[in-house]
Amino acid sequence: MLSSMNIESIKKDFPFFAEHPRFAYLDSAATSQTPQAVLDAMQEYYTSFRSNIHRGLYQMGEEASERYENARASVARFVGAQPEEIIFTSGATASSNMLVRMLEESKRTDLFPAQKGPTFFKEEDEIVTTVMEHHASLIPLQELAKRKGSALKLIPLTETQMLDYAAAESLITEKTTIVACVLASNVTGSVNDVRRLADIAHARGALMIVDATEAVGHIAVDVNTLGADFLYFSGHKMLGPTGIGVLYARKDLLENMNPSIFGGGIVEKVSEESSTWTTSPKRFEAGTPNIAGAIGLGAAVEYLETIGTETIHAHTRELTVYALEKLGQIPGMHIFAAVAETNAGIVSFTVDGIHPHDLAQIAGKEHVALRAGHHCAALYMRALGVPATARASFYLYNTTSDIDALVEAIKKAQAIFAK
Amino acid sequence: MDEELYKENILDHYRNPHNKDALDVYDVRGGGVNQTCGDELEFFVKFDEEGKVAQATFLGSGCAISQAGASMLTDKVKGMTLSELKLLAPGDIYSMLGIHISPGRANCALLSYRALSDGLKHHE
Repeated sequence: MLSSMNIESIKKDFPFFAEHPRFAYLDSAATSQTPQAVLDAMQEYYTSFRSNIHRGLYQMGEEASERYENARASVARFVGAQPEEIIFTSGATASSNMLVRMLEESKRTDLFPAQKGPTFFKEEDEIVTTVMEHHASLIPLQELAKRKGSALKLIPLTETQMLDYAAAESLITEKTTIVACVLASNVTGSVNDVRRLADIAHARGALMIVDATEAVGHIAVDVNTLGADFLYFSGHKMLGPTGIGVLYARKDLLENMNPSIFGGGIVEKVSEESSTWTTSPKRFEAGTPNIAGAIGLGAAVEYLETIGTETIHAHTRELTVYALEKLGQIPGMHIFAAVAETNAGIVSFTVDGIHPHDLAQIAGKEHVALRAGHHCAALYMRALGVPATARASFYLYNTTSDIDALVEAIKKAQAIFAK
Repeated sequence: MDEELYKENILDHYRNPHNKDALDVYDVRGGGVNQTCGDELEFFVKFDEEGKVAQATFLGSGCAISQAGASMLTDKVKGMTLSELKLLAPGDIYSMLGIHISPGRANCALLSYRALSDGLKHHE
């Protein structure tokens, strides 16, 4: 865990906390704060070497290209991938949507050597995902299933509100072509055994997609350890800027896949009728990318590496333990969170007699940032049996005093509503 | 002051909502969903023989703002004609609540109004 002295020095790296020293920011699962190093890296691009990448035959153009590619290499290293397996997108939602379309555009034989057929998706193909998914993961798959007339099956929860891996064994069959699962839930922080699902998927000849949006930068993530064929995440939840995200795709798959977004920078030859594609990952980054964003994300990764995700996770686990204990002592409290050991640092809760929106509003007045609502995980909320929750999420710059402030804010809300 | 949003009359309506019930016989019935939290609300209206609102009720659960708003709206619309109902606007709801509604809570404040508007759209 990070010591309180370390946290004080970490906080100094974030201009937001100099501006708002009393603010208990417990909403990093929505978006994290930005360290000065990330701001500096982006500022340097805009002030010192702004130019477009892969084109400029002058020094600044080369510098921009080099920094952009360095960022790709940093991100790849951070998740145990190779640089050519990393595609920059505008965020996890864009990654998820683009991936589904890329799969649709690709030849089935390129992805499944044993199986025949010209296109990736056939009506009889089945998709298996979970009730824990964020809408960014779920809805593109739902739409794919609707377009193709395929079945979309959902892995349910057990009585202890964990993913039902036994059910997954029977839901994932030889007909399954895609299995998709969230690595860390944005509602309960639950870190799922994605490897277990990946092994089942691969044994049945299916591809494994992992939504690692709440996980990367919060817990150790390695695409090979997870058995992920595809994995995606956003930069802004891991200290990077908004508007940048990543799609990882296994190299041998990516090399044979077709783009789904077309334009400049992705072509090899262009004729009147059609075009051929350049090598991956450039094939999947049509148009001028978010250069500053990528450079900022690279700087975020380098910043996180100086502290270490293992250390960060140990810290947020400690905060989760503390929060579960302190919140658990409040009368009328209902907690929706994975046990600290398998929690990425997110705790949802409801309080009897107070709607989550009212709770979050009063907390806000008390300088405690929470999130309230269904957290874009409607199926999960239904499975948990609540329409909405309030959510506190922890990151490297949080301390136990932030949680103390949260507890006081909840008591204040209870006092207002008890009157 | 800090608790301005949660004034006593808002909390009163929240704790003891007026006309929180379904109508078996109604002229207008509409629903609304608060997209931020998934809260759902139904609004019912029954006119008398003169064409004025005789009964207005709502069903649903939600935050203090949406529930108090719905409760107050059932009182407010009583005696109104169909055309008067159609002339209601978000501004009327904000004045009725009498508190400052931040943009983040607009969906909560307007949930019952949207349910009523939905019903009016399907009426006739």
